[in-house]
Amino acid sequence: MAFLTLDGVTKSYPTPQGRHTVLRRIDLIVGEGELVAVIGASGSGKTTLVSIIAGLVAPDGGTVRLDGAPVTGPGPDRGMIFQNYSLLPWLTVEENVQLAVDAVAAARSSDWRRIRARHFVDLVGLAAAAHKRPRELSGGMRQRVAVARGLATEPRLLLLDEPLSALDALTRATLQSELARILATERRTAILVTNDIDEAVLLADRIVTIGGRDGAVIGRSIAVDLPRPRERRGLSRRPEYQRIRRALMDQLGNAHGEAA
Amino acid sequence: MTAKTLDLRSLLLPLVGISTVLAIWTLLSQHVSPDLPSPWKTWEESKPYVTRPFFKDGEMNQGIGRFAFLSLVRVAKGFGIAVLLGTPLGFLLGLSPFFRKAFDPVIQVMRPISPLAWLPLGMVIFQRSEPAALFTIALCAMWPTVVNTAVGVRSINPDYLNVGRVLNLSRATMLSKIIVPATLPYVFTGFRLSLGLAWLVIVASEMLTGSPGIGGFLWQEYNSLVYSHILLSIITIGLIGFALDRLMGVVERRVQTV
Repeated sequence: MAFLTLDGVTKSYPTPQGRHTVLRRIDLIVGEGELVAVIGASGSGKTTLVSIIAGLVAPDGGTVRLDGAPVTGPGPDRGMIFQNYSLLPWLTVEENVQLAVDAVAAARSSDWRRIRARHFVDLVGLAAAAHKRPRELSGGMRQRVAVARGLATEPRLLLLDEPLSALDALTRATLQSELARILATERRTAILVTNDIDEAVLLADRIVTIGGRDGAVIGRSIAVDLPRPRERRGLSRRPEYQRIRRALMDQLGNAHGEAA
Repeated sequence: MTAKTLDLRSLLLPLVGISTVLAIWTLLSQHVSPDLPSPWKTWEESKPYVTRPFFKDGEMNQGIGRFAFLSLVRVAKGFGIAVLLGTPLGFLLGLSPFFRKAFDPVIQVMRPISPLAWLPLGMVIFQRSEPAALFTIALCAMWPTVVNTAVGVRSINPDYLNVGRVLNLSRATMLSKIIVPATLPYVFTGFRLSLGLAWLVIVASEMLTGSPGIGGFLWQEYNSLVYSHILLSIITIGLIGFALDRLMGVVERRVQTV
C-alpha cells in the first residue's frame, strides 16, 4: 500500500550562526493513487521537502523510497511542477512540453512523440497558444504549461510545489478548479505543497501540516471526505470543510508554538 | 513638450558636440600646432579619397572605402578566429571547475597584454605579416567572449538546470536545449565587445606590419608628412567602429529578447 515512504528525513543548512535545521525527522507515507497536500507557512521547509523527494536535494539523514526503491537522484518518474514555472523561455509552449516527452520516450517515433506533446498541451487548454513563447503568456497560462510538462513524462509521482502561489487570487481560483479537473483525468499519485487551505481541501485526499520552530515536523494527517468533483462554490459552507479548516488551523498554530 | 521638439533636440544637440570639436581642432591648428591641418584643409586634401572611395592607384594609395574594406576583411578574419576559439573556451571555463582552476590564471595574465606586445611575437611565429596580424587581433579580441561566456554559463538560472535534472537529460541535450540557449545573451555581449576590440587592434597591427588598410594608410601618410590623411583615417576608424558597435548591438538585442 505504501507507495512513497519518507523515513526520518532530516535536512539542515550551514549558516553563519551555526546549522539551521529545516526538516527534523520527517516521516510520511503516501499510498498509490493518493493525492496528499502538505500545508505549512512560508519558510516551513515545504520546498526543501519536495526537492528531497524529487532527488534534487540530498537529505542529511533518513531515506526516501518510491515503490520500495531508494531515491538517490532526480528522475522523470517523479514529475515536478515548479513554484515559478521554470519554463525555458527560448522554447515555445509545445517545445517545452516536447522536451519532457522526448526525455522519457526517446525510443518512440518522432510522430508519436509530437502527438503526445500535443495531447498534453491540449489537456491544459493551450492548443491555441502552442507556438507562443512563455513571455507572451499570462501567469496562469505559464502555470498550465508547467502542469502539461509535469504530466508529459507520465510520472509515477507528481510533485506540485506551490504551483499556484505566484498567481493573483482570481486566476488562482480558476486554475485550482482546472487543476482538479486535470488531476481527475490524469489520476496519479501526487504531493501538493501549498499554503492555501482551500486549495488543499479542493484537491487533496488527505492533508498533512508541516511546521515547527526548530526544524519542521509533519503533523497528524486529516482525511478530506468530500465527494468529487468538488465545487469551489459553497465549499466553505460545508460542515466538513469547516471541520478540516479548524483542525488545520489548530495544528498549524501548535506547530508554531502558539496557543490554538 | 511635444515629440517634434524632442526630435529636433536629438538632431541638433549632436551638432553642438561636433561643432565644439571642430572649433577646438581649428583653434589648435591655428594657434598651437602649425603642423596640424585645419578641418577645412583636411577636407580639401582628403576629398579625392572620400569622393572616389574605391579608386586604386597602387598598394598604399587607394580610396578610403577600399582601405576600410581591407581592414574590415582583416577584422572579420581575426574576429572570426577569436569567436571560434573564445566561445568554446568560455563554455569550458564556465562548465568545468577543473578547467577553470587550471586555465583561469593564465587567461587573467594574458588578457591585459597589448596588441603591440603580441604582434612581434606573431611575426616571430608566422614570419609573415598577414597571419601575424590575424594572430594579434584574435588573441586580443578573444577575451571578452571568453569571459562573458564563462560568466553566462555560471549565472544560468538554477531552475532551468533543475528542469534538465528532473528530466534526466543527457549531457548533449542539456547543452543544446538548456545551457547554450541560456548563455546566448552573454555570449553575444561578449561578441560585441570582442568586435570592438578587434577594430581597436586592427590599426595597431596594420601600422606595425605596414599592411594596406586604414591603419597602414594612416602610418604611411604620417611618414609621408601628409597629416590631413591621418585625420581622415582617424575619423574613418571612429565612424566604422561606431557602426560596428551599433550593428552588433542590434544582433545582441535580438538574441536577448528571444
